[in-house]
Amino acid sequence: MDGLILQTLNGLDKGSAYAMIALGLTLIFGTLGVVNFAHGALFMIGAFCAVVMNGMMSLSYETIDPAQLDFLGQPMKVETTYLSSWVGPDLSAALIDWSVPLSLLLTVPVMVLIGFVMERGLIKHFYKRPHADQILVTFGLAIVLQEVIKAFFGANPIQTPAPGMFEGSFDFGVLMGFDPNAIIYPYWRMVYFVFSLLVIGAVFAFLQFTTFGMVVRAGMADRETVGLLGINIDRRFTFMFGLAAAVAGVAGAMYGPINAPNYHMGMDFLVLSFVVVVVGGMGSLPGAVLAGFLLGIVESFASLNEVKMFIPGIDQIIIFVIAIVILLTRPRGLMGRRGVMEE
Amino acid sequence: MFRLDRQDAGLLVFVAVITLFAPILLNPFAEGSAMAQFNAGYPDLMQRFVIFAIFAIGFNILFGLTGYLSFGHAAFLGIGSYSAVWMFKLLSMNVIPAVLFSVIVAGVFSLVIGYVCLRRSGIYFSILTLAFAQMSFSLAYSVLTPITNGETGLQLSLSDPRVLDGKTTTGALPETNLFGVAMNDTLSVEALGRVWQFSAGYYFCAVLMLIAFYISIRIFRSPFGMMLRAVKSNQQRMRFTGLNTRPYALAAFVISGMYAGLAGGLMAAMDPLAGADRMQWTASGEVVLMTILGGAGTLLGPILGSGFIKYFENIFSKINDTILHQWFAFLPDGLENFVVAVIYPFVGKGWLLTLGMLFMLVVIFLPGGLIEGAQRLRKLFARTPTGAADRRAPASKPAE
Amino acid sequence: MGILEVKDVSKRFGGLRALSDVNLSIAEGALHAIIGPNGAGKSTLLNVLVGKLLPDTGSVTFAGQSVLGRQPHQINQMGIARVFQTPEIFGALTVLENVLIPCFAKRDGAYRLHALEAVRDETAINAQAEAMLVDVNMQDKRHMLAGSLSRGDKRRLEMAMCLVQEPRLLLLDEPTAGMARADTNNTIDLLKQIKATRPVTMVIIEHDMHVVFSLAERITVMAQGTPLVEDIPARIKGNPKVQEAYLGTAHA
Repeated sequence: MDGLILQTLNGLDKGSAYAMIALGLTLIFGTLGVVNFAHGALFMIGAFCAVVMNGMMSLSYETIDPAQLDFLGQPMKVETTYLSSWVGPDLSAALIDWSVPLSLLLTVPVMVLIGFVMERGLIKHFYKRPHADQILVTFGLAIVLQEVIKAFFGANPIQTPAPGMFEGSFDFGVLMGFDPNAIIYPYWRMVYFVFSLLVIGAVFAFLQFTTFGMVVRAGMADRETVGLLGINIDRRFTFMFGLAAAVAGVAGAMYGPINAPNYHMGMDFLVLSFVVVVVGGMGSLPGAVLAGFLLGIVESFASLNEVKMFIPGIDQIIIFVIAIVILLTRPRGLMGRRGVMEE
Repeated sequence: MFRLDRQDAGLLVFVAVITLFAPILLNPFAEGSAMAQFNAGYPDLMQRFVIFAIFAIGFNILFGLTGYLSFGHAAFLGIGSYSAVWMFKLLSMNVIPAVLFSVIVAGVFSLVIGYVCLRRSGIYFSILTLAFAQMSFSLAYSVLTPITNGETGLQLSLSDPRVLDGKTTTGALPETNLFGVAMNDTLSVEALGRVWQFSAGYYFCAVLMLIAFYISIRIFRSPFGMMLRAVKSNQQRMRFTGLNTRPYALAAFVISGMYAGLAGGLMAAMDPLAGADRMQWTASGEVVLMTILGGAGTLLGPILGSGFIKYFENIFSKINDTILHQWFAFLPDGLENFVVAVIYPFVGKGWLLTLGMLFMLVVIFLPGGLIEGAQRLRKLFARTPTGAADRRAPASKPAE
Repeated sequence: MGILEVKDVSKRFGGLRALSDVNLSIAEGALHAIIGPNGAGKSTLLNVLVGKLLPDTGSVTFAGQSVLGRQPHQINQMGIARVFQTPEIFGALTVLENVLIPCFAKRDGAYRLHALEAVRDETAINAQAEAMLVDVNMQDKRHMLAGSLSRGDKRRLEMAMCLVQEPRLLLLDEPTAGMARADTNNTIDLLKQIKATRPVTMVIIEHDMHVVFSLAERITVMAQGTPLVEDIPARIKGNPKVQEAYLGTAHA
């Protein structure tokens, strides 16, 4: 029993990432009708925004402090971050410690900007082209973004630690009456899960309760009619793209402490997120979120040793197997609507 | 000739002549000259030209004719390589059984995978094939290690049984061969003050490429090929014309899978090792790019595209900053450093970046590929009325 | 016994009765029109006839065989061809190839992987397709891409693709929808010519009364999912029931 709970919890953080990426993919697909193979790259760029934030805060200059001597007896060189010379050492240490959550301040504007530029500069010209062309051009873009990040940050993962107060784990087991250490769960993963719920909730609330969101939902249901109503959809589409990019970006930025960012994490997540979208049902936002969490948890269960002993390698392929079964038996996915992407 | 009409026969002869004289044609610059680095006529690279040409020709039969965009064909390439290496390990170092086996195994796999994936079309098909390829890739790295040897890759070893060859006595690993002619044999001929090298392995691959190309011409001109184009154009009409579209698409999928298996088998025959990295999604993306760069749905396109990409991959990978500084030495220092800094990320290890850019540029500006580009140029200069010429090269824009 | 027999066919969509107890018998060789106001169930009936929809009850037989539950290509192979509201042709192929494909389908069945024969070596089939193009007067356009044809030509090509298979039954779904008057008249002439020269049975679903009354030998008027009257055109015009079906809502 405790094992079951532990695996469910373990699946939640990956599931949260899947859900947020899949949400963005579905938003873009549902409103703009574009299949965005570069969405994983946006997730990855978000993660690197956290890296950049950390790096910016740690920018420092050297001074020679005659009061201290190093081991050779020379006056010691001291590195001082600009940040600490501005706000004082205590606050600056705290800020650097909190660099990952703080990086959201950087991530959101950067991602929205990237989203705008991508939509206006590239995607816009592909609305009327066949889906194959959309796939190909965004696929090329994904390679480019990935390689640019690799050129700047190198091929190795870069550690982005969580704030000190979230290090360590929480013992759920004790809370629920199991033995101590039966269910321990890192604090940051909890934070990530709650964060994802907030983001997803905010997107849904935005779509549900604003006029803008209403138009977007109407557009997802029937694009042509909304266009005929004389509503300027173009600007809203651009905005939707920015929003989807921002959701992917913050998902990536906060994921850093769970899995150190590397340049190919985008593609790793993209393939799975596509599967999530397909399983959830193309064009269905609740479907994408539900399938995201579901597949995250299933994947976590499949990596149990007991399961792996039974069917070796199942953890590697379980998601694909589910996708194939779903596509063959329920072509529209769990919650897909009729008429979306059918011949 | 060979039951081809004059134009197609001409095309085949043209490609055959280029291929056979490639070791000479691709080495226009004298050794040691500054331009020698642009030569492409050495065996390793030429082998890659023809092997990837086979891969792309096969992919074109699926994507170019039926419009089904597969993102998983590298899996069949990898499967072909593994099968061939196993043949080398178990049966014989002769390349014939290895290549045959890799084609058959890839064919069986593509039959199964194609049967499942072709239940859906459009983007669902693309995602399904991508999922299958990723699945094969991760399986090859994990559970299937006894068959694939995981991250190390599958290699020959002295203790392999090699039933037909018998035990090796020399203590060295045996070489792949075609009835005694080693694949890495080269014939060096001195002429015109230079040494020309003719590699046995290259010619073996080249002959198979020509056969593959010939078969693809025949398929293009057959009722089957016409049906495949009809699948791309209008499946609804096809069904109401009394045709079942699925067997046609599946046949195209299997044929292209076998071509990929042949290419993978040949890669192993040239260099007997196989690794899972051949199955990665970037490899699948590369063959898509080769096909659309050359011109999807055209006969010559895939050959052009694969040659173009493999050539520039080779050239670009060799360029480092020293070479760049040499090139731009004529510029003032500051400008030189600037130009080098701008170009550097795209060359050397930055080849993938160039590839991605190329991908986008081709899709945006030249969806019909190099062939369409050439046609546009020709029209621009000749200003001939269109008509008969268009029949030969049906509109080749990639569609769903 | 007609060539196409529809017996007691009903179809519901949720609470809506799209078809209720439809009985219809189409005589072999007839040119039979089905008309009716919007929502009368014409399209649903057509979709049942071509196997796209499965009715809740009833049977549809063509030449003694049931068509229900069959795939579109199987229905075509039974001898039923279909012309769509917007012409469905192979836009990326040439006009000649468009006609060649149904010829192959007729000769070789639902699929045959003749990958290594050349299309141009199939002399009999080429001759058949060329003759068909002469019949619809499109021989000059045979090397044009079908997608670049005018709308009227696309319609003619689609008819040629159907007729070259020598179907026993030709279903036409509003063949003149969205056409200019001149194109409509051309289509009427073409249909008359087909009628005069070929033994094919035609069922035409149409909105345009001008088309219906200049072509049809028999007319079935549908209203609210059920056939109201079936008669020859001259007697349909004056039938009070028909007037009520079309204008009834205005009276009520």
